[in-house]
Amino acid sequence: MTVSKQELAVAALRNGTVIDHIPSASLFKAVRILGIENLTGAVTIGYNLDSKKLGTKGIIKAADVFFPESTLNRIALIAPSAVVNIIRDYEVVEKFPVSLPDTIVGIVKCGNPKCITNNEPMRTRFHVINRDDVTISCHYCSQVVKSIDAKII
Amino acid sequence: MNSKSLVSISDIGRDEIMSLLDSARRFEENPNRRLLEGRVVATLFFEPSTRTRLSFETAVNRLGGRVIGFSDANTTSSSKGETLKDTIKMVSNYVDIIIMRHYLEGAARYASEVTDIPVINAGDGANQHPSQTMLDLYSIYKTQGTLENLTITLVGDLKYGRTVHSLLMAMRYFNPTFRFVACEELGMPKEYKIFCDENGIRYTEHRDFSPEVINTSDIIYMTRVQRERFADIMEYERVKDLYNLNSAMLTDARPNMRILHPLPRVNEIAQDVDDNPHAYYFEQARNGLYARQAIICRALGIEA
Repeated sequence: MTVSKQELAVAALRNGTVIDHIPSASLFKAVRILGIENLTGAVTIGYNLDSKKLGTKGIIKAADVFFPESTLNRIALIAPSAVVNIIRDYEVVEKFPVSLPDTIVGIVKCGNPKCITNNEPMRTRFHVINRDDVTISCHYCSQVVKSIDAKII
Repeated sequence: MNSKSLVSISDIGRDEIMSLLDSARRFEENPNRRLLEGRVVATLFFEPSTRTRLSFETAVNRLGGRVIGFSDANTTSSSKGETLKDTIKMVSNYVDIIIMRHYLEGAARYASEVTDIPVINAGDGANQHPSQTMLDLYSIYKTQGTLENLTITLVGDLKYGRTVHSLLMAMRYFNPTFRFVACEELGMPKEYKIFCDENGIRYTEHRDFSPEVINTSDIIYMTRVQRERFADIMEYERVKDLYNLNSAMLTDARPNMRILHPLPRVNEIAQDVDDNPHAYYFEQARNGLYARQAIICRALGIEA
């Protein structure tokens, strides 16, 4: 009964996008990165839900919104196991994991106060140098940071 | 962005390094060729550095080029709040190439992205100083006849020393064996040891600057241990003289061994080493002229 309620919870959208399996700790960062605040349609956000995979998870259900893949992949840094479900007419027509791009522009703040990015009006840029532990390095000052420690702008 | 910019030593591969070394050798044979006639070079030093600036300016002058620029950001529009981007775009209107030193890390990389003319990084904060690495490589090449299969000992501040990090990375093509001689607080950072492992570079770590280490080295690269780097002043007092070099320590060194230092040196190399045939640090500084001439000509696509 609990299992089918979970399934219903995911498919309850008529049309839209569901992003599932977001680690609870990253949920609000993901909401910010996706610009959820700027959407006009209905959005349901779940936090600290039970998860077999993650222990607890977050979930975002946005009605009548289909994000470009590049936008979705921007959350891969902090939610590498997130899965995107595209819903049309109550059916999950597409299901795919987010994938970490090689370069991350504009989301992460560099932790080095002497980096040019913290002293000049410009976008940050990071390269993924280790996909296993998701380590990224600043394109400008070369400082390396693990994604879990990364500061999201 | 101009692909002939030199912002980090990792921008150029093995073949380009060898080509620059050949070019530097030809400049050493004749540093006064009018290859930069009609060209104007900007030296933008947002942070003072007399030695590097004079070296670059001499490089240009001896090749018949003209120099404009500044040696301190306080006298420029930066002090009025102008962004680096605006300054670079403005200067790009006047010159053929920009040579810049800046106190912020990544400044040269950013500059190279906002202009189409080549940018040479003369030092960005604690990050990169590729012309120093090229002159270090040239010095090693000249004194050892090769860059291959050498035992290179790095001594002193291996944690914060950008010159040793850069040299380590540049040497990856040449099958070196590195010795890291430093106290625990200033040891070679983990990411560089990982770099060595990933690139098949052999290295050993030592707390003692021992005769055994000295006598099996082809190159000893000395760096200064700075008081400011220590959280614990007692630790500094304990180690400050452990990594000094004096002439007596060199009696059984290999004949080909040379001592390098990026300068300025304080007491890590004793005055009595200066007259020792193993000392090479002043010639090393002179090699900076030739290495920089090579770098500038490469950036402008001038055959040298």
